[in-house]
Amino acid sequence: MAKEKEFYWRRLHSLLGLIPVGLFVTMHLFINFSATNGAESFNKASKTMESLPFLLILEWVVIYIPLMFHAFYGVYIAFTAKPNVNRFGTVRNWFFTMQRLTGIFLVVFVAWHIWQTRLQKAIADAEVNYDMMADIVSNPAMLAFYIVGILAATFHLANGIWSFLVSWGITQSPKSQKVATWVTMIFFVLLSVVGVMAILAFV
Amino acid sequence: MADQKTITVKIKRQDGPEASTRWEEFAVPYRPNMNIISVLMKIRENPVTTSGKQTTPVAWDMNCLEEVCGACSMVINGRPRQSCSALVDQLQQPLTIEPMSTFPIIRDLQVDRSRMFDSLKKVKAWVPIDGTYDLGEGPRLPERKREWAYELSKCMTCGVCLESCPNVNSGSSFMGPAPLSQVRLFNTHPTGAMVKDERLNAIMGDGGLANCGNSQNCVQACPKGIPLTTSIASLNRAATVQMFKNFFGSDHMVD
Repeated sequence: MAKEKEFYWRRLHSLLGLIPVGLFVTMHLFINFSATNGAESFNKASKTMESLPFLLILEWVVIYIPLMFHAFYGVYIAFTAKPNVNRFGTVRNWFFTMQRLTGIFLVVFVAWHIWQTRLQKAIADAEVNYDMMADIVSNPAMLAFYIVGILAATFHLANGIWSFLVSWGITQSPKSQKVATWVTMIFFVLLSVVGVMAILAFV
Repeated sequence: MADQKTITVKIKRQDGPEASTRWEEFAVPYRPNMNIISVLMKIRENPVTTSGKQTTPVAWDMNCLEEVCGACSMVINGRPRQSCSALVDQLQQPLTIEPMSTFPIIRDLQVDRSRMFDSLKKVKAWVPIDGTYDLGEGPRLPERKREWAYELSKCMTCGVCLESCPNVNSGSSFMGPAPLSQVRLFNTHPTGAMVKDERLNAIMGDGGLANCGNSQNCVQACPKGIPLTTSIASLNRAATVQMFKNFFGSDHMVD
């Protein structure tokens, strides 16, 4: 890392977590939710996404590049911390630790998820559709892995929004930060419901 | 004397900066209203461990004995705090006392807090009045602002917030909450604000403001009740504005 650039890398990390990565994750889970209306509905939604023009460029610019920066710089951030929840058992300190644990787990989960779906399409010419996911989650261990992955992602995003609000100086007072905690945690619960219902629709 | 009450104290010791650490246990005769300093003084009078081994007196720093100088900070029963204001009657026994290991250890409970003073220099935590001519009196602060600023000025550079921060450690260059809050204090002062962009640029450097991970332990641990996390969030807003001013250029660097 270039000297005296840490501030900008951190701010970029915070920003990219929301835009575009957070927006993409939210949209992804909502599109998956269409599976609750049956295989056909999901396949139609996924086909619509696949038919976007300049798909490969969009994927790289909106998903892969920001996601990789956020993931790899995030791992660096996570490993420079020395969690101490045994000393300070406050909610915020737990969330601080969870943000780092979920982040590291998500690097593994997302890498596996991309390998299992998008890369299979690129390498083995597999079709990304309802049957592909149904096949994956027919294994109970895989289903559990996916559910944990979705919950980790929704928590990391919700708590990341809270951190974003502080890091950019939007919420300053203790009260505003408390309100933000509640709002982001309600968002976490709601998005988790969407995400978990979506994955269960493939079972 | 046979049935006199004693306090069991476990102390993490280290003979020098590079020496290995060891735990020693002492039994100290109890007196009402003891603080941790008086416990350490009792051990100094008779440095013999509970197993009967003669040892060296425990080294520690202290100065004011009324929680305003910040010198006697150590980790007592797992919490970083001042040993002068840590009262034995309010603590669970056996007592465990450790140095604040986020700082370089000089000996036993003595730590080197230089990095905090270096950070204060780096962020220009003062009101600049020295020059080639008399600047005269500065503008008055509104009384309510003075009261507010007084709270931030209570910082005694004790190091407790750095010790409690998970992002301040040997693997990171983060300067910690204390010097950051001082930037907010001096950027609020009407004369101090004349170089506010210099202070903001200093904390926008490596190891500065952006290294805060919002665990918010500092505000829980601060013995002076300084609103450290509010200061950090407020500086985050100022830094956001400064970032754009730096990038696009601005005629309003100090207003």
